[in-house]
Amino acid sequence: MSQNPAATPAPDQPAGAEILLRALKEQGVEVIFGYPGGAVLPIYDAIFNQNAIRHILVRHEQAAVHAAEGYARSTGKVGVVLVTSGPGATNAVTGLVDALMDSIPIVCLTGQVPTHLIGNDAFQEADTTGITRPASKHNYLVKRSEDLARVVHEAFYVARAGRPGPVVIDLPKDILIGPAPYTPAATTPHRSYRPQIEPDASQIAKAVALLKSAKRPVIYTGGGVINAGPAASTALRALVRKTGFPCTSTLMGLGAYPAGDPLFLGMLGMHGTYEANWAMHDCDVMLNIGARFDDRVTGRLNAFSPGSRKIHIDIDSSSINKNVPVEIPVVADAGRAIEAILAAWDTDPAEIDRPAITAWWRQIDAWRGIDCLRFTQDMTKGAIIKPQYAVQRLYDITRELQKKTFITTEVGQHQMWAAQYFGFDAPNRWMTSGGLGTMGYGLPAAMGVQVAHPDALVIDIAGEASILMNIQEMSTLSQYRLPVKVFILNNQYMGMVRQWQELLHGARYSESYTAALPDFVKLADSFHGVGLRAKSVDELDDVIREMISLDRTVIADICVDEKENCFPMIPSGAPHNEMILGPEHGTSLQIGGAKSLTDEGLALV
Amino acid sequence: MPTTPHQRSAIISVLVENEAGILARVIGLFTGRGYNIDSLTVAPVDPAANHSRINIVTSGTDMVIEQIKSQLDRLVQVYRVADLSMQGPHVARELALIKMVCKGADRVEALRLAEAFRASVIDATLESFVFEMTGSTGKLDAFIDLMRGLGLAEVSRTGVAAIARGTTTI
Repeated sequence: MSQNPAATPAPDQPAGAEILLRALKEQGVEVIFGYPGGAVLPIYDAIFNQNAIRHILVRHEQAAVHAAEGYARSTGKVGVVLVTSGPGATNAVTGLVDALMDSIPIVCLTGQVPTHLIGNDAFQEADTTGITRPASKHNYLVKRSEDLARVVHEAFYVARAGRPGPVVIDLPKDILIGPAPYTPAATTPHRSYRPQIEPDASQIAKAVALLKSAKRPVIYTGGGVINAGPAASTALRALVRKTGFPCTSTLMGLGAYPAGDPLFLGMLGMHGTYEANWAMHDCDVMLNIGARFDDRVTGRLNAFSPGSRKIHIDIDSSSINKNVPVEIPVVADAGRAIEAILAAWDTDPAEIDRPAITAWWRQIDAWRGIDCLRFTQDMTKGAIIKPQYAVQRLYDITRELQKKTFITTEVGQHQMWAAQYFGFDAPNRWMTSGGLGTMGYGLPAAMGVQVAHPDALVIDIAGEASILMNIQEMSTLSQYRLPVKVFILNNQYMGMVRQWQELLHGARYSESYTAALPDFVKLADSFHGVGLRAKSVDELDDVIREMISLDRTVIADICVDEKENCFPMIPSGAPHNEMILGPEHGTSLQIGGAKSLTDEGLALV
Repeated sequence: MPTTPHQRSAIISVLVENEAGILARVIGLFTGRGYNIDSLTVAPVDPAANHSRINIVTSGTDMVIEQIKSQLDRLVQVYRVADLSMQGPHVARELALIKMVCKGADRVEALRLAEAFRASVIDATLESFVFEMTGSTGKLDAFIDLMRGLGLAEVSRTGVAAIARGTTTI
């Protein structure tokens, strides 16, 4: 049912491709990440004839989606992707699922064979709506010209409303060529999709009462706070400071609360801090804001925070009571819910139990005293670089230079070290593939961030294995003179795979060593960038400073300790209180480390 | 030690936009997340508003059934989701077409039972009948079981359509 039933195609109307671009402009689109092909040539022709929307030509469609994710995550806007039919669409699928898992708003335009050929196994035909149905928040196949503009507007609404996500619009070529009417974006609410934004006042009152009664509270925040916009992070800071309650964050939520603040316990979960995980395990009241009790956070479910009463704020009701039963569900936008809690806090006459909270902090400080992220860097000349030290120096130097810095990562050990040792003080500065864990995410994501923030320092903290999964985007970076810095923690292994093999498979390093790696310095050079290398600790600072000072695409190849593992670690299937601390603390993966390694745990990812 | 959570059956009615892909989306949700479908019916119910209604009979723990409802509710083309089995009294009916191929005493007995069960004969030849029968899933099951010994040849069932009793609407 069209919301503008008067709109019908007429021969004097512009082509569908023109109407598409007009709708994108009305939606405020400034940049499209894409790759041309037969089915989308009419759109490329329309792009050629205008200057309002910039097109960034990627080298692989997967990278187009990740770039749009980086753009979206760093700006709060919807990222836009344009790919052709068939392989263009199938290549985009990994990016779509990545955006789906991490709740990133994306509109992906895919070409399609003309409507009369659909289903005939035509050249470069794929059942794109069928393939992307479980890979997107929603998708559309535009079969009638009069639906085109409406569908585009609706797709942007669906992508950003409620829990954000990727939306696919499949565009048959005849729809793009034929005349189409224009309809402006609807001003009336969507007929069926109206996510709840405002929290229920009685649930907020119950939440406040429970929080005030807490003796050992913890605030556990996630990517939902980032997605709710900067105001939500501001409200979170106000709430944590008003209550004096400890705050921890998931991987996706880093930056919502400043890392350096004493009330922040660091990241929680599989590679989270000792204090954050113990606080989660021992707390009596848990306030989850915009996180989803992911298995990387909970560890073994039946041993997760056994003694706590739980409040869960989420805009997606299906995230509530999915993995962990909670007592007080609040379906709402994270920011609105925090603001409502702040308002109700002052009107509720109850006082918090200050002595109990003080005692709780004493306990937390004792856990903190373990200093779980401690490592030892040999500072003698020629000593091998510890990966943790490399990230720490990168953080220190960017802070000292006071540059507006955005960090993206690939997936693996380096990603966890980046999360542990790079302190994020602001939201939207940290782009990582959390849910899907997509190796090859970081470089194209950094590209999207740099397009959105041309003057900022954008660094992809990478591993030498992940970076090769989308290395072709070096070519895009040089084409658009995007001065992205690629900071490779090069240990020659798929480090996280190697670490798990050490832990679970008797140190049989099956296929996790990459022989014949490229020379990354020469590789940067061949892509018109600059390559740098640090082989020992005394070279590290100079390489970091030079990398940052260059207004060019740079690959810094940081040769790090091959054997280093990522700690602390909660092995899959273990509870929080059975965390392995690592050799700094006298435990290792093999020696008495993982108490509860079971066959069941082995089967988990 | 945790006890095995109680499994229950649920009839979930979903009012949806009658658009391409919605049925695939609902079924994909069930298969993708490992939920059971015991029966599923779908048909347009309000052509003017372009609404269709899907009735799903499923089973699971309370937590799983709540999940199913939430997962359905967040689909873009879904207007409303109701768990009729939890919402209060409701009626649930199924239609079956039952083909009998038999002669002699079996034929007489089948006809007599059909009358007792209020099944109607909608097609007949000298060697066959097609019965049409409407009722609860249990009643249909019982009748079909009785027919097995009397020359049951083929069964076609619609799956459950359900609606709340009284003035309550979805």
